[in-house]
Amino acid sequence: MTAESNAKLIKGATGDWEVVIGLEVHAQVTSKAKLFSGASTAFGGEPNSHVSLVDAAMPGMLPVINRECVAQAVRTGLGLKAQINRRSTFDRKNYFYPDLPQGYQISQYKHPIVGEGEIQVDLTPDHSIRVGIERLHLEQDAGKSLHDQSPTMSFVDLNRSGVALMEIVSRPDMRSADEAKAYVSKLRTILRYIGSCDGDMEKGNLRADVNVSVRRPGAPLSTRCEIKNVNSIRFIGQAIETEARRQIAIYEDGGVVEQETRLFDPTRGETRSMRSKEEAHDYRYFPDPDLLPLEFDEDFIEALRAHLPELPDAKKARFMADYGLSAYDASILVADRETANFFEAAARHGAGKRDAKAVANWIMGDLSAHANSHGLAVADAGLSAGALASLVDLIGEGVISGKIAKDLVVMLLGPDKGADPRALVEARGLKQVTDVGAIERAVDAVIAANADKAEQARTKPGMLGWFVGQVMKTTGGKANPQAVSDALKAKLGLE
Amino acid sequence: MSVDQAAVRRIARLARIAVSDAEVPHLQGEINAILNFVEELGKVDVEGVEPMTSVIPMKLPMREDLVTDGGIEPLVLANAPLTEDGFFLVPKVVE
Amino acid sequence: MTALTAFTLAEARDALKARAISSVELTQAHLDAIERAKALNAYIVVTADHALEMAAASDARIARGEAGPLEGLSIGVKDLYATKGVHTQACSHILDGFKPPYESTVTAQLWRDGAVMLGKLNMDEFAMGSSNETSYYGPVASPWLPPNWSAEKARAALRADKKGLLTPGGSSGGSAAAVAASLCLGATASDTGGSIRQPAAFTGTTGIKPTYGRCSRYGMVAFASSLDQAGPIARTVRDAAILLRSMAGYDAKDSTCVDAAVPDYEKAVGRSVKGLTIGIPREYRLDGMNAEIETLWSRGAEWLRAAGARIVDVSLPNTRHALPAYYIVAPAEASSNLARYDGVRYGLREPGADILELYEHTRAKGFGAEVRRRLMIGTYVLSAGYYDAYYVRAQKIRTLIKRDFETVFADGVDAILTPATPSAAFGIGEKGSADPVEMYLNDVFTVTVNMAGLPGLVAPAGLSADGLPLGLQLIGRPFDEETLFALGETIEQSAGRMNLPTPWWA
Ligand SMILES: [Mg+2]
Ligand SMILES: [Zn+2]
Repeated sequence: MTAESNAKLIKGATGDWEVVIGLEVHAQVTSKAKLFSGASTAFGGEPNSHVSLVDAAMPGMLPVINRECVAQAVRTGLGLKAQINRRSTFDRKNYFYPDLPQGYQISQYKHPIVGEGEIQVDLTPDHSIRVGIERLHLEQDAGKSLHDQSPTMSFVDLNRSGVALMEIVSRPDMRSADEAKAYVSKLRTILRYIGSCDGDMEKGNLRADVNVSVRRPGAPLSTRCEIKNVNSIRFIGQAIETEARRQIAIYEDGGVVEQETRLFDPTRGETRSMRSKEEAHDYRYFPDPDLLPLEFDEDFIEALRAHLPELPDAKKARFMADYGLSAYDASILVADRETANFFEAAARHGAGKRDAKAVANWIMGDLSAHANSHGLAVADAGLSAGALASLVDLIGEGVISGKIAKDLVVMLLGPDKGADPRALVEARGLKQVTDVGAIERAVDAVIAANADKAEQARTKPGMLGWFVGQVMKTTGGKANPQAVSDALKAKLGLE
Repeated sequence: MSVDQAAVRRIARLARIAVSDAEVPHLQGEINAILNFVEELGKVDVEGVEPMTSVIPMKLPMREDLVTDGGIEPLVLANAPLTEDGFFLVPKVVE
Repeated sequence: MTALTAFTLAEARDALKARAISSVELTQAHLDAIERAKALNAYIVVTADHALEMAAASDARIARGEAGPLEGLSIGVKDLYATKGVHTQACSHILDGFKPPYESTVTAQLWRDGAVMLGKLNMDEFAMGSSNETSYYGPVASPWLPPNWSAEKARAALRADKKGLLTPGGSSGGSAAAVAASLCLGATASDTGGSIRQPAAFTGTTGIKPTYGRCSRYGMVAFASSLDQAGPIARTVRDAAILLRSMAGYDAKDSTCVDAAVPDYEKAVGRSVKGLTIGIPREYRLDGMNAEIETLWSRGAEWLRAAGARIVDVSLPNTRHALPAYYIVAPAEASSNLARYDGVRYGLREPGADILELYEHTRAKGFGAEVRRRLMIGTYVLSAGYYDAYYVRAQKIRTLIKRDFETVFADGVDAILTPATPSAAFGIGEKGSADPVEMYLNDVFTVTVNMAGLPGLVAPAGLSADGLPLGLQLIGRPFDEETLFALGETIEQSAGRMNLPTPWWA
């Protein structure tokens, strides 16, 4: 066993345990109308205002499928390098629940629209794992039941009822909470690149059912528990940790883990059994007789493939090749499509040809810091790609020093938002001094003022730095640091 | 195949239909009469036969992604036995 | 001039066009007849004011020369069809008080073409039944007198529990009885296993179940989605053809509705049947078969041969599996289709301590015995461990049944002639009380057609020895309803116009 996989094991009282994790992610399909009705998918709205007679399951109402939802599922399948099934079928999953008006959910049980695929998940710049995708299918979302409106009644709102979901089922290929978290954020990134799901977990547009089991390293799979509807990446991690420890404790006390559905309670930091709701579940799946098999040809698939955007993995590789970025920098930049585009715009601005690494550093450094502190996306932080480009150019041309550049960014993000960096440098006289005469005069002044230190410096060259600092101070940071240290070395006779 | 009384109760529960103890024996008899009637199908050779999915050969039609419906709360709620503030009401459901 | 209600739909249409009568007169005549026939229990709701308004509007359109194909004609509507703002409950208690805010596509097309709605017709609850005895609103009495019954005896039975009177069949019992009793010119019906054709046969009327997908199911309360089809019951083959033309057609709101032009079916009525090949399926000759039915069947074949058709023996070996397979597929789909009746959004709601009790009490009280029975069968055959043995197997057998027909049609057969029912109409309270299967056997000749999605027409073919109407069934190729109308007309003409019963009930 490698050291790296050892690190993932959980220490129990009786030895090491390995966690085995598989996820069923429910991703809300980005579409204007619902999967089988013409009602809006808009979030919120007055209760039951985004509900058609079909969504309310009035007698004699029938489903008609939304082409865009089918297209989104196919696009996503292509993004997951998955098998696209040109013939799939819709089945009814039968169960009674107040927010399920038909008494069944239309889903794809036997023949899903998308089959096997895989996702490359980067754990560290130089280490990634492949997580297998078992299937992706289309299905209807349910309505919402509010339980806190009255002590005796639940309030049912069908606005969500019938909204299209993609259920994306992974193979049990993850071995730690971190791997599961990385998988979900990578999947989220891919969905957002494709535009098939906005990935908004606060709104519940992306949520996961987490299947967790534990075993002795190398042992066969053991009983799993499904933790339903975990709606943040952080909670997914916490839910896995707590559930794994719960199961380990049971085994170490000589007990057996029961296969069941559980709920994660973030406030209590524990998972709870939902057996009550599980009671006597027998979904009686069968093909929906109101719908025919869903069939489409290669052309339908190819037309969608042709308009697929560049996906994160490809973009990362290209950033490394074209801009000489490190794997680390590249993966940070591509994690968000807008940030990646902003980087590329700045790197290529105008004539192009500038230090892309420097562009990346500004984005990942000062810009991200400022953006995060204001809860903004980097691209919307207030500095245009063009401005960032000329900022980097100014440094490259030696017009301003790195220190001045930092001050300049603060001005451009604040009081001088929208200003042209070059003009600003001119107006504020921020150009660095490269005039040797001026620099030598400043150096002489500093040496004269510190004759004693100058003496020591001749024997302790390490003091050079202190002198450089002094000269920079007297020149307000505008002196070219290289020129200053050259002059000092000469005058202190350090060659 | 035939069902016993426990099975009858299980089926009734799945179908969400309350059955009294008195009804169970009748239901059992009737259900078994029907199961007995369909028993012969077990003898039919269906080797390699595809189950029927659509009786008329037809492709599933698809609609365009347009919002053409909704905004009809009054119609949606008009026939409801119990509502409040635009919601359907049911006895509290405990998760 | 004869009573306005004596007109066939075609005759009334022509009289209206000729301005010999007005739609208001015609409508009023039917409303009066309905009033006198209340005891038959064919109508559960009469929309008199609405009907007279529609009639007046029709008269105005006729006056402006803007008459539609069904302008001003009085139609009854099976309670299965959603009619906007009007009682629509599939004759079930569970839809108590339900008034849909929408109109079914089929009825909308009737009104589009000028038809006038008289009211809603009685039926077996959720169309589950073959005698109209499972209706929450009680059974319908057939206008045909039981053999050797006096009008007095029959009227007494009407006032009592109707026992002994004849059933009009089911599930479209109200539709068939209303047409046979001249309480409308034609009626909408629906057919999942024989619910149009068996009542037509029992009442001496004509009914056609078109090809699956020919009519939209939008707004029709669902029983078994893969089998349900809308269709008319009318007094003559021609009337049925006229009605079907308006009822049929593509509807984007039903994914299983076929996008194909609707022919003018009336043109096929009277078209020569010379040279057509008619198959006589030997498997329909059941042992212990009613001799009268067998005679009728051969007589029908003779009529067609006399008209120039070729009669050939054909084999449909899987026919005998159709009825058992149907009693798996139909209940399975029903158990899911009827899950929406849960007391939450519409209809009956029985109080319960928690949601489970609310569901179980509502559904136990709201559904009648036959519906509860079928929902439980359907739930069972779909449940874990039984799905493959029952449901999947039944759907495979369905494929075999359809293949039988495809083979026969491929061999050049244009249509198939069979009996419509194993017997003439039976009495109310006579069948099924002990063994549900006894009642199911009524559909033995009709159910195959639904399982294969084919069109099936039943035309009146004469009277039994004791004076009860008998019908013959014609089964056609997919979407070839026209051939059925041509052949049906031949049967009807050969048998001689069916004289409908005189109103002993009034
Ligand atoms: Mg799931
Ligand atoms: Zn799901």
